[in-house]
Amino acid sequence: MIELIGKTNIDFMGKKLYAFGFSAILSIMGVLAIIQIGKGKANLGIDFAGGIAVQVKFQSTVPLHDIRTALEGAGMKDFDLQDLPTVNKVLISIKRQETEGVVDRVVSVLTERFSDKKPVIDSTTEIGPKVGHRLRKDALIAVLAATAGILIYIAFRFKFRFAIGATIATAHDVLAVLGVFYIMGKEINLLLISALLMIAGYSLTDTVVVFDRIRENIRKSHKEPTGEIVNKSVNEVLSRTIIVSLTTLLTAVALFLFGGEVIHDFSLTIIMGIVVGTYSSIFIASPTVLLLGGKKPLIKR
Amino acid sequence: MKKKILWRLILIGVAVLLSLIFFLPNIPIFKSMPEWWKKTMPSRGIVLGLDLQGGTHLVFEVQAERAVEITVERVSQSIRELMKKKKLQADVKTQAGVITVSPSSIEIRTAIEKNYPTLKLEETSSGLTCRLSNEEASRIKENASDQAVETIRNRIDQFGVAEPTIHRQAENEIVIQLPGVKDPKRAIDIIGKTALLEFKVVDDESPVSAELPSVIAFDDESELLEKFSGRIPEGRELLFERTIDLQTGEAKKLPFLIKKETLLTGDLLTEAKVSLNRFNEPYVAIAFNPTGAKIFEEVTGANVKKRLAIILDGNVYSAPKIKERIAGGDASIEGGFSIDEAKDLSIVLKAGALPAPVKMLQNITVGPSLGRDSIQAGKLAGIIGAIAVIAFMVFYYRLSGLIADLALFLNILLLLGAMAYLEATLTLPGIAGVILAVGMAVDSNVLMFERMREELRAGKTPRAAVDSGYQKAFWTIFDSHVTTLITSAVLFQFGTGPIKGFAVTLSLGVSINLFTALVGTKTIFDILNQRKEVKRLSI
Repeated sequence: MIELIGKTNIDFMGKKLYAFGFSAILSIMGVLAIIQIGKGKANLGIDFAGGIAVQVKFQSTVPLHDIRTALEGAGMKDFDLQDLPTVNKVLISIKRQETEGVVDRVVSVLTERFSDKKPVIDSTTEIGPKVGHRLRKDALIAVLAATAGILIYIAFRFKFRFAIGATIATAHDVLAVLGVFYIMGKEINLLLISALLMIAGYSLTDTVVVFDRIRENIRKSHKEPTGEIVNKSVNEVLSRTIIVSLTTLLTAVALFLFGGEVIHDFSLTIIMGIVVGTYSSIFIASPTVLLLGGKKPLIKR
Repeated sequence: MKKKILWRLILIGVAVLLSLIFFLPNIPIFKSMPEWWKKTMPSRGIVLGLDLQGGTHLVFEVQAERAVEITVERVSQSIRELMKKKKLQADVKTQAGVITVSPSSIEIRTAIEKNYPTLKLEETSSGLTCRLSNEEASRIKENASDQAVETIRNRIDQFGVAEPTIHRQAENEIVIQLPGVKDPKRAIDIIGKTALLEFKVVDDESPVSAELPSVIAFDDESELLEKFSGRIPEGRELLFERTIDLQTGEAKKLPFLIKKETLLTGDLLTEAKVSLNRFNEPYVAIAFNPTGAKIFEEVTGANVKKRLAIILDGNVYSAPKIKERIAGGDASIEGGFSIDEAKDLSIVLKAGALPAPVKMLQNITVGPSLGRDSIQAGKLAGIIGAIAVIAFMVFYYRLSGLIADLALFLNILLLLGAMAYLEATLTLPGIAGVILAVGMAVDSNVLMFERMREELRAGKTPRAAVDSGYQKAFWTIFDSHVTTLITSAVLFQFGTGPIKGFAVTLSLGVSINLFTALVGTKTIFDILNQRKEVKRLSI
């Protein structure tokens, strides 16, 4: 029998103050990110902000500077350029502007100016401000609906206190990843929101494993103080919590390394989500249940 | 016990067989299958999303309010005619969807009531106001969106795109997907054109007309409109023809003073086709149906020596002088077209005008090479991810890991089969969903194996450990899967296009995962335990 992690007896509950402090910082970053998104100051993708994006592939490298000059020469301003040098691709996006005819202008400038580099237009996207506004609203509703759904299900299957613990842990994961992405200046787009929702679902997998064991242990031995039961449970399921995350992490890393440029950030989100999700089910979800309960028994007998 | 195993084996066998049959069209072998197979068995397979096969995803908004306004204008026009016919002196004006007839009288009121029973009439200080009821207005809006979908479908069919999908979304939005379209820009032009063809008479007798410059620079339209604002006579409007100066190649505009009354519209057309004139320039030849031909004859007869403006979407295309009454209902639209332009114009004229203008909200166009790259990258990531997971499981759980790997294969096969059966569209995020599902597929097995190890440590026999491991892990597995299902259901609800594909693969993956873990793996363990009393469990 190979064991990654043998029998452990770590005092997780005793470290809850450090964990809470660390997580509070992460969560505040996330809340900040949401405020900035609400104000429209974050790096919103064009699906949320409205605007255009053109992805163009050249036969050989074209310096970003040349593209900038060419576009500026054509009277365009406020555009963002992103370089993907390994595949000779450049992403051009212009946000929050009237979209009519802009894509055509960008495409014609590029094809004429860089005709020697044989540009191929890989994709063009044009999203009106109205759509962007609606997608922002939809995304918010989706996040709220997912949270509510999870809360109700956990409350139904466990006790309400567990539902709160699970929801706080899940919200923490989503906020933490969003916060880190915001600090990194990554684009907040529809794909990121989908990844966050997936994280929300997945981070619960770990949490449920721990909760399940807590419930079982309480039924078995109700003489022990609740704090010790929770600690014992976390220790008992530690190896499976980590292995379950590890297998999914393996595929997420494969996706990150080989899945192509388009879903690069998406895979990175999921990798971060899995790591944070595993951490939170140990250090956030269970201690929260404990704190909410005070000295009362965890389940009815 | 034995019978139970047999039933489960049959269940798995049937699932595998069905998956293979449904997924077969995606594998090259399908091409070499016998004819009868191709005819009777599923032949669709998993469809690639636009982001993978290339194409254009468009969202248009039908400006349904305009359809209501157009209806009101039409009604006011026909009230005006009614007044003329009944020899009633009244001024008919339309503003903001309300028709005002002044002065009002009992005769006028009864005439309107009799002819337009659905109008809501009200006496006010400025006269008799007529408006559409709210139900009528919303019916018009509803119809406008439906009709727009139909018209756009007609246009796209004639333009020629393989397997387009066109459907309504929300109240007044139309989603159009054009897979593999070669010239998206042209397709968008064809879809977006209102194509309202109108015939109106040019007013050359008004003194204002004499003051108009014969030609202006292309950008001076608004300047000219401003100059003449307030001086345009009642019932007249200024419209422009776009033209290219043959000598300089410069774009210019020709202003026309036009009588607002629409004499004939394009909805009475039966034919519109591209022809070449004697200078070998393409033009669109149109033919009216008998009703249209009769009106055309009357109109031309009544306006001999005047100019007849042919107007498409508010732009004058040509304004030839009527030499004589024209019978037969044939006319032509010239405007210095290229062959493609003339062809596109004939398509939109034949398919008919949109009931209201449409506005493009969203346009996502993906070239075919990007899609191919994405599939290649997805395959590579999937294979490497799967190998990593498989290797890890065998390394960590030995024989049991191998069993989990078998379940993993089963999982992937069933997932692909289910997607083909549901005719789900595979998008790039969808591929990501499949790959992540591979990682999650072994989760349930890990939970069970860990449980079994615990039971073994507690001193149970292998068979007892397997059984109680399953039992105890069941609810953990169930709960953890349901939570993922909840979020993927939400994703499905809110997601558009590619995101939806991600939600579909993720939720299918999770559900199938439950099946393979709880039925598949358990069956293999049971078979192993069946044959002889196992002394050691390789876990």
